[in-house]
Amino acid sequence: MPPETTTAPGRGHRSQDVIHNIGYRDYSGPRLGRAYARRSLFSQSLRGAYGLGRSAKSKVLPMTLFGVMCLPAAIVVAVAVTTKMNRLPMEYTRYAIYLQAVIGLYLAAQAPQSVSRDLRFKTVPLYFSRPIERVDYVVAKFAAMASALFVLTATPLLVLYVGALLAKLDFAEQTKGFGQGLVSVTLLSLLFAGIGLVVAALTPRRGFGVAGVIAVLTIPYGAVTTVQGIALASDNPSLVSWLGLFSPITLVDGVQTAFLGATSAFPETHGPGTGAGVVYLAVLLGVIAGSYGLLMSRYRKAGL
Amino acid sequence: MIATESLSKRYPRVTALDRLSVDINPGVTGLVGANGAGKSTLIKILLGLSPATEGSARVLGLDVATQGAEIRERVGYMPEHDCLPPDVSATEFVVHMARMSGLPPTAARERTADTLRHVGLYEERYRPMGGYSTGMKQRVKLAQALVHDPKLVLLDEPTNGLDPVGRDEMLGLIRRVHTDFGISVLVTSHLLGELERTCDHVVVIDGGTLLRSSSTDEFTQATGSLAVEVTDTDACPDGTGALLAALDGAGLTTRPAGRTADGSAVSGRVLLVDVVDERTYDIVRDAVAGLGIGLVRMEQRRHRIAELFRDDDAPAPHPAAPGTPGAPGAPAQAPAWGAGWQQKQKKSDKRAQQNGGSVDAA
Repeated sequence: MPPETTTAPGRGHRSQDVIHNIGYRDYSGPRLGRAYARRSLFSQSLRGAYGLGRSAKSKVLPMTLFGVMCLPAAIVVAVAVTTKMNRLPMEYTRYAIYLQAVIGLYLAAQAPQSVSRDLRFKTVPLYFSRPIERVDYVVAKFAAMASALFVLTATPLLVLYVGALLAKLDFAEQTKGFGQGLVSVTLLSLLFAGIGLVVAALTPRRGFGVAGVIAVLTIPYGAVTTVQGIALASDNPSLVSWLGLFSPITLVDGVQTAFLGATSAFPETHGPGTGAGVVYLAVLLGVIAGSYGLLMSRYRKAGL
Repeated sequence: MIATESLSKRYPRVTALDRLSVDINPGVTGLVGANGAGKSTLIKILLGLSPATEGSARVLGLDVATQGAEIRERVGYMPEHDCLPPDVSATEFVVHMARMSGLPPTAARERTADTLRHVGLYEERYRPMGGYSTGMKQRVKLAQALVHDPKLVLLDEPTNGLDPVGRDEMLGLIRRVHTDFGISVLVTSHLLGELERTCDHVVVIDGGTLLRSSSTDEFTQATGSLAVEVTDTDACPDGTGALLAALDGAGLTTRPAGRTADGSAVSGRVLLVDVVDERTYDIVRDAVAGLGIGLVRMEQRRHRIAELFRDDDAPAPHPAAPGTPGAPGAPAQAPAWGAGWQQKQKKSDKRAQQNGGSVDAA
């Protein structure tokens, strides 16, 4: 029994051998305030994104996707170690691009889980009747979703890195690649978290949220890839590198091609150069900031 | 506990609160008003979530405009609407809410177990809340408002959707929150009968303005009255009329019951006698015995909060039970809000809804 829980004077007696005390006990221990409440919301949301602290059923999908995400990395490592390759058959920065469908699926499942539920079951007013404010709620949810995505995307990179070191590949080169990969997935996590939460927060219906997130991730990507194909066919490679600005995953691809030594996944690797890369980076950071702003305005009216 | 000073809240189209000044002391306070009277707006302002257009308010001595977070740390809030995610258990939900109020993890878990037990949830607290009955959900909602041991809880329509038994239990629980837990309560309702049984003090707002604020005792105990119903006999074909005359002769203030407090019509045979002191009962008994008529019932009846909704602007004698002969006893002597029986039919119908399903006070 921690000391902060004391027996209220005059109500109910407590002695050592009485286990059940019916009387009400006051709480005179610490109240940790707003920052602690924000951290609590963050950790609850992060755990929730992997189904922890929720029913067994809600653990299935995130855990499966996490496994699917790590499996290729494990295979790559196994192949590299057994065949004694002198470099990994896959770049760190390329990994998330290859598995973007898995990341998209995860986001589509978990972003609505994180915010639509609170709207649907009207839990939001309860949060705002506590010390936290709107900004704390948005920051905690945003950070939790980005962290969940980071765990999802960085863990396979870690598997690759550890595997590469076990295969006795060049330490400096691998560390550099791993570092670049981490920066890339950090940006990707923030971008995807922002987009996913904005779309999911629009609707209290989980189904709409799921469909919306998938649509926002795949339709622009499909369109960009198609138009890039056409631009390439009509001999306009510079247009190819600019078109990537218009879908989330190609945006990340452009930034990492320009600054993180990645090989572009654009048609014939016509990724942006450093100049265009600055625009890519600006757009990417702008979208992250914009999603934050949109979330803030979304919750202006969602109080009591 | 709560003090507001000409508090106003205006939206572009409506004025939700209009220069409301009210002082609320520790204890159980009922906040009454029809839908749209400004109850929820007041709660929002008191939690520091919505700035007042003008005026000021203090909760627990803290200014709502500048110390909202401190207030919310010390105040519990139970919303009117459903707010429970169905796929988590009551324990997990309340622990989370306790942590959101700033309780460290161990204390949060311990207080959750305590609080859920106090509101009457036992083994079922480990099950997902989706399968709970309305009564259990209301208990969880109350528990999350109490888990951080607030100094004050704001309960918004806590008996909504409950059956009569559940309602009684909830009201008992609310009473205990104050008497056993030492937490002050502000409870809103549009059911006056409920507040009468639970609250020490009642604040009535209407259209954003304060209609009345006084203790429940003042509302209900200042004038007791006695309902008397008698039979007719051959010797005395109009027993009720005869008794009325006899009691008037004995100096008691009597009147036909007309309508009960909740507006439902009662028999024209029932007389209401104002109780002056213990002797009143003897006078009534002797009068009945003297006339040789049968006494069907003699029932203590309190004036009820509902009556305060009746305007006293209907001075013309207008007995609502026309079947009863004899002029009613001097209305001028009746307390202003006890004169409700006189008032216009239309109004009493409207107000009757305010009193919902409450039963006659015994």
